[in-house]
Order: sequence, then structure tokens, then C-alpha cells
Amino acid sequence: MILFAGTPFELNRIMMIRLLVTALVLVVFFLWSGTFKKAYKNKQYVPSRFQLMGEISLNFVRKSIAHEQLGEKDGDRFLPLLTTIFFIVLGMNVTGIIPSLNIASTALIGLPLVLAVAAYFTFIYAGVKKHGVGFFKNSLFPAGVPAAFYILVTPIELLSTFILRPITLALRLTMNMIAGHLLLVLCFSATSYFLFNAEGFFKAFGAGTFLFGFVFTLFEMLVAFLQAYVFTLLTTVYIQLALADEH
Amino acid sequence: MDVSNIAAVSGNIAVIGYGLAAVGPGIGVGLVVSKTIESIARQPELAAKLQVTMWLGIAFTEALALIGLATPFIFA
Repeated sequence: MILFAGTPFELNRIMMIRLLVTALVLVVFFLWSGTFKKAYKNKQYVPSRFQLMGEISLNFVRKSIAHEQLGEKDGDRFLPLLTTIFFIVLGMNVTGIIPSLNIASTALIGLPLVLAVAAYFTFIYAGVKKHGVGFFKNSLFPAGVPAAFYILVTPIELLSTFILRPITLALRLTMNMIAGHLLLVLCFSATSYFLFNAEGFFKAFGAGTFLFGFVFTLFEMLVAFLQAYVFTLLTTVYIQLALADEH
Repeated sequence: MDVSNIAAVSGNIAVIGYGLAAVGPGIGVGLVVSKTIESIARQPELAAKLQVTMWLGIAFTEALALIGLATPFIFA
């Protein structure tokens, strides 16, 4: 049985994984905030293991991404968006290596595109809030360039800042996940072929391709984390560039 | 004797396109990482900062290869 079959909301495998991960992230965050509140109320200074895990993960985004790039004040201002992006992307990426789910739900362009558009509007909002219309002037007509060169510089800046940024942000995540999925599929289907269909000596190749599959699974674990980190870091840097004072 | 068809390769020329698209970013990422290693060897106390910049550089360079990977999906 397929839920909503025949309508545009028909549930496929990736959609199901997305709903699962969203529910999981929500539950974990509710439990974390409950634990934090209880520890704060009871003046419990030694954190439990679960609380410590939450503090380390949330502080990673807060301290080493937001505060490092934006400073304490602006970092805390944009923290909700950055935390959301990091944990959603991480959760959706990790499903690529979980057996029986087996595909990263960011491997379809939809979700990365939504997050990239959110990042895009946030850095434009940050720039416009701080500099007003001057933000567009600063980013399209950078200071210190001779007036004649604006014919060359302005189209390039327009393309790279306002068109290519969200596209590359979404594309980078999606394509990384697709490439990883294809790699794993290749390794494990080759293993299946060599073990069950090949003759004699060629069966031994199956062990080799299985080993490769295992190694690439570990590699995909690294990529899943790295892509979440890079996505959040780039969003932070774009906000930082929009907030930077004119020179 | 007919020798007009000694070897034949079938498939899509776009495959070669992706191979070419991977060359440039490959060199680029290599340069970024090698320079970062060099800098960390010179200034080990800056390692954390340099690594963040390295990931940024890799992300920008790698995007080119990924655009190459995306083109078959768009022009298919």
C-alpha cells in the first residue's frame, strides 16, 4: 500500500526517509531541551551522558562555526538557522549508509534547494538589515575598482553572488550524495554479481569488491558529516560577507 | 580484407566530459590541501584556522567537478 497514491503527495522511499529523519531529529531535540531544562532547574552540575552529547553537538555549531565566523553577537542571532541546517543535513545525509534505508535523502535536489534558498534569503536579509540598499551597491560595485572596470566586474559579481551561490550550495550537497550512493551501489552490486553469477576463480573478486564497499561506507560516513559542516560553514560565511563593513 | 573496423567503442561521449570536468578540480583540491599542509608545518598553532579555510577552498573548487556531474541530468 502506498500512502496518497495517485496524488502529488505520493509517498516514495526518499520521502519516507525524510519524514523518518525529521521525526527522529525532532524527538532528539525535544529530549535534549527537556534534559537541559531539568539540569538547570535542579542545579545539577555534572551532566549526564545524554546531556553531554547534546552539549557537544550543539556547541560544535555554536562555538566553532557561528562564533568563530560571525562573532558572539551576530553568531547567536543567526544560530537557530545554522543549527537547523546542520542537524537536518547531517541527519538526512547519514541515511545513505544505514542498512535498509540505503540512500541519502539529500540525494534528490528538493531538500538541498529549500535549505539553499533559506540561506540565500538569510544572507540578503542580513545585508539589507545592516546596510540598506548599500548592500547591493557594495556587492555589485565593490569599492576600489576604477569606474571603467565596472562593465566587467558587475556582471561577474551579480552572477557569482546572487545566482551561483544558492545553485552551487544545493548542487554540491546533492551531487556529493548521488556520487556516494552510486559508488556504494557499484561496489555491492559487483559483489553480488561476482559471488552468485561468476564462474570459478572470478568468485574471489567478490571479496575484493565487498572490501571496497566496506571502505567506501566508512568514507561516506566522513562525507556525510563533512557536507553538513561545509553547508553550514558556507551559509555562515555568506552571512559574514553580507555583514562586513564597506572598505 | 576489410580493416575499416578494427576496434569499436560504444557508449556516450558525455562520460568523457565528466572525466575532463574532474581533472581541473582534482588539481585544484590538491593544490589547496598541499599548501595547507605546508602552512600548518610552518605555523602549527594556526592549524584550526587554516583547516576551516581549507574546507572552504575545497568546497568552492569541488563545485566545478560537481557541476560536471550534474550536466548529464540536465541535458539528458
